[in-house]
Amino acid sequence: MDVRFINPFLEGTISVLKTMAFVEPKPGKPYLKNDGLARGDVSGIIGFTGTLSGSMALSFSENAILKIVSNMLGEEIREINGDIEDAVGEITNIISGVARKKLESLGLTVLAAIPTVVSGKGHSIKHVLGGTSVVIPFETKDGPFVVDVCMSEMKQKTK
Amino acid sequence: MNIDKNIKILLVDDFATMRKVIKNLLKQSGYNNIVEAEDGVEALKVLKSEKVDFIVSDWNMPNMTGIELLKAVRADSDLSGLPFLMVTAEGLKENVVVAVKAGVSNYIVKPFTAEVLNEKIKKIIEKL
Repeated sequence: MDVRFINPFLEGTISVLKTMAFVEPKPGKPYLKNDGLARGDVSGIIGFTGTLSGSMALSFSENAILKIVSNMLGEEIREINGDIEDAVGEITNIISGVARKKLESLGLTVLAAIPTVVSGKGHSIKHVLGGTSVVIPFETKDGPFVVDVCMSEMKQKTK
Repeated sequence: MNIDKNIKILLVDDFATMRKVIKNLLKQSGYNNIVEAEDGVEALKVLKSEKVDFIVSDWNMPNMTGIELLKAVRADSDLSGLPFLMVTAEGLKENVVVAVKAGVSNYIVKPFTAEVLNEKIKKIIEKL
């Protein structure tokens, strides 16, 4: 996958969490993932169509997302509940919006579907395109999370 | 120009968490008179039943979207002059054009801070 497709998601994730949740995530070294297992306890997944097609998943460890949403709402949340799932859907949507805006500046038009949220230990993530995805690991003071992206240029796909 | 912080703001968003987040940001800016609706249909009911001074609305919502609500407001002679701030995750150029053509007062792309939200509201009110 072209690194140009990954950076907008990396930058978007940092900027959204910094602005909305006052959390500064530190990105680690990206790696390839070939299985469908989520690397977190709650995930938001969103599909894309357009010049680029595919999907992005955000998978948060429980401690990381509890802190992020508590900061967003200005109240302490102690367990993964409806508010957390609601917020993960919205965070996924907003990061997707920021990343797609950055992709637009590269001449790539990408439209997004409505995000879905899955939670539970050891849940799986099914990317629209299947196959290998690129995972960007992040660390926060309260725990890790990952951005898991699987995208392809449509012209390459139709060859 | 001094902005009247007692204006009644109608906050429309289908995500309860996002309403809570935006409400907190509005309160940080001194706006405490806030009524809520979870989509455009409910927002129109509120607008018909009580006097509202300002609308802050999400774009993507079920039943009636923010853009449909905006068009309904602009088409209603009693409501057409209401300031309307569109809040959305969609920052694509073509979306901004659609909102401007429909008569939006201003447009704010998520994520944003309380300062940015306050500034957008202030600019709209100063133009009235």
